[in-house]
Amino acid sequence: MSVELLNFIETVLNGLMSGVMYSLVALGFVLIFKASGVFNFAQGVFALFAALTLVGYQTGQVPFAHLINELFGTNYHNWYASMPNFFAILLTMVTMIALAWIIERLVLKHLVNQDPIILFMATIGLAFALEGVGDLMWGSDVKVLDVGIPSGGSIWLEEATIGLAAEGSDYYGMYVDVLNIWATVIAVILVVSLALFSQYTKTGRALRAVADDHQAALSVGISLRSIWILVWAISGFIAMVAGIMWGTESGVQFSLSLIALKALPVLILGGFTSIPGAIIGGLMIGVGEKLAEIYIGGYFETGAIENWFAYVMALVFLLFRPQGLFGDKIIERV
Amino acid sequence: MIYKETGQYKSSYKSDHAIFPLLQDKIAFSTLMFIAFLIIPFVINSYWEKAILVPFLIFSLAAIGLNILTGYCGQVSLGTGGFMAVGAFSTYKIMTYFPDMNIMIIILISGLITAAVGIIFGLPSLRIKGFYLAVATLASQFFLVWLFNKVPWFYNYSDTGQITVSERTMFGVPVTGAEAPSYATYLFCLVLVVVLSFAAKNLIRSKMGRSWMAIRDMDIAAEIIGVPPLKTKLSAFAISSFYIGVAGALYFAVFLGAIEVTESFDIMTISFPVLFMIIIGGLGSMLGSFLGAAFVVTLPIGLKFLMVDMVGLSAVTAKHFEITIWGLLMIIFLIVEPHGLARLWSIAKEKLRRWPFPY
Repeated sequence: MSVELLNFIETVLNGLMSGVMYSLVALGFVLIFKASGVFNFAQGVFALFAALTLVGYQTGQVPFAHLINELFGTNYHNWYASMPNFFAILLTMVTMIALAWIIERLVLKHLVNQDPIILFMATIGLAFALEGVGDLMWGSDVKVLDVGIPSGGSIWLEEATIGLAAEGSDYYGMYVDVLNIWATVIAVILVVSLALFSQYTKTGRALRAVADDHQAALSVGISLRSIWILVWAISGFIAMVAGIMWGTESGVQFSLSLIALKALPVLILGGFTSIPGAIIGGLMIGVGEKLAEIYIGGYFETGAIENWFAYVMALVFLLFRPQGLFGDKIIERV
Repeated sequence: MIYKETGQYKSSYKSDHAIFPLLQDKIAFSTLMFIAFLIIPFVINSYWEKAILVPFLIFSLAAIGLNILTGYCGQVSLGTGGFMAVGAFSTYKIMTYFPDMNIMIIILISGLITAAVGIIFGLPSLRIKGFYLAVATLASQFFLVWLFNKVPWFYNYSDTGQITVSERTMFGVPVTGAEAPSYATYLFCLVLVVVLSFAAKNLIRSKMGRSWMAIRDMDIAAEIIGVPPLKTKLSAFAISSFYIGVAGALYFAVFLGAIEVTESFDIMTISFPVLFMIIIGGLGSMLGSFLGAAFVVTLPIGLKFLMVDMVGLSAVTAKHFEITIWGLLMIIFLIVEPHGLARLWSIAKEKLRRWPFPY
């Protein structure tokens, strides 16, 4: 195989894997949008908050330490030195479920029957509030997150591919981050278990019923509110997984919440209401972005077209299919 | 009692269609204008100018622009920051190419350039709607900020990537640059805001404004009764962008003086706050644009005063608190009064009509 072809394959491979990361965030959006019609802008901040909380539990930080110390002149920092990963993740999950409950109680309950734009603005407010609370609780410094997922280039793949190129060509094998491989595996497990849950359990069926039609679901005795709490909790859980993955890769800091902006083009590409759409959209954006950076980015002397390329790509698709690739067909009547 | 319309008869269509049909409104508005034009310029100091009045005026203009698009025409846009950047950078480029041109003309031309850019980015709105469109407008935000950040021609190949305003005068008094006196920058913005608000108010009462509202309320029905969606939507994008572009030009030339595009026109510092202004002020309300801008500009100052000066928190913690309170306020506002401050005002007027004998 020629070096060009191998490079191309490597790019596609890496694109697919970063696409998985986008899909993880987009999945949380889609679940909430389907079940409650809320376009949850706070999904990225969810991921940030989960990652912050996880690090906080792991290292035994005292919540609101900065605030307490400043107000009372005390000097609290840590409760304990460390906590096993398993318990820390479990505790974070409990926190995210509690968060879902609080959001339903304090925000969503009061906004039933409002315009979608109002609900959307409310989630922007939620994003601000949650970001502030996260910073207040755990401090805003950049934190290292390590839950034992290996990272760095895969040596095995590098050695396996080095022989594929022709003799004597300068080829050093493919570079794929092990972390991304793990992320892919975990994402696949997550999606499969979500699918199984919604197909084969009673709660899962109730979930799908609510997603299909709120009123019909209510009339057969499904509690809308408990389903909403459940959906937000699941999204919180997905956000936690995304937060762990992104946090391991680039540290836990404010910019983590901006992955929501990365996931938006995935959403409009795949359609707001389709779970397969979120996954395939994510993969397409991931690959498209990486290929564009290498093959088109060169024409702009400045590069870094990643920021907007995904949006333009999604826009082009939208011109042909206004509801996204897999979204519900939009039928409009007067 | 206070807000009573009894006895105020209209004998011509002209007086019936006046912007302020009631005497009380006329008095209130004239008093406001009197204070704004003839009292504030003499008492203004640099703090009031830089911290409150000038940002308030500029953001009111941006809020009016976004309100035209989102509140009146129903097209949600998250690209305000990008369009303000277009206004700012056009001003900068025109300033460098035409050193002798009057600053007022430069700013208006920048607005026109932004309007042209707005039409281009408004094209997708003909095909896509709702949240899909909102996300699509994010494309303009990211693309425009990237463009101004990465293409050196726009910032004249300066090493820092910053653009800095040079001094320009109106009637011999500098209005831009570091030497400009407070009253000059304030009056300059005020004149533009007053003139453009009147223009917007009248535009909304015209055929064009009514067709925007028809598209907002139900676009298919509007199309059937003969409102052309192409012309209507694109005109909303163009005029909205004009206002936002002028706001961006003022933001750069008069208010900040020197900007760096990724910081000053970020989605978090411009696009969302301006959207918040029109929602908190009232979608589809001129008064709402001003009330929302006033609220958003003064709130952080009030919060900072409360927490840093009164309670004694450190600046960082206070900042976190500010973000939290900001978010919570947004939610509380949306729960309590989703139609915004303008609705509260009309309720208050209704109450004042019968006060103090409500029965």
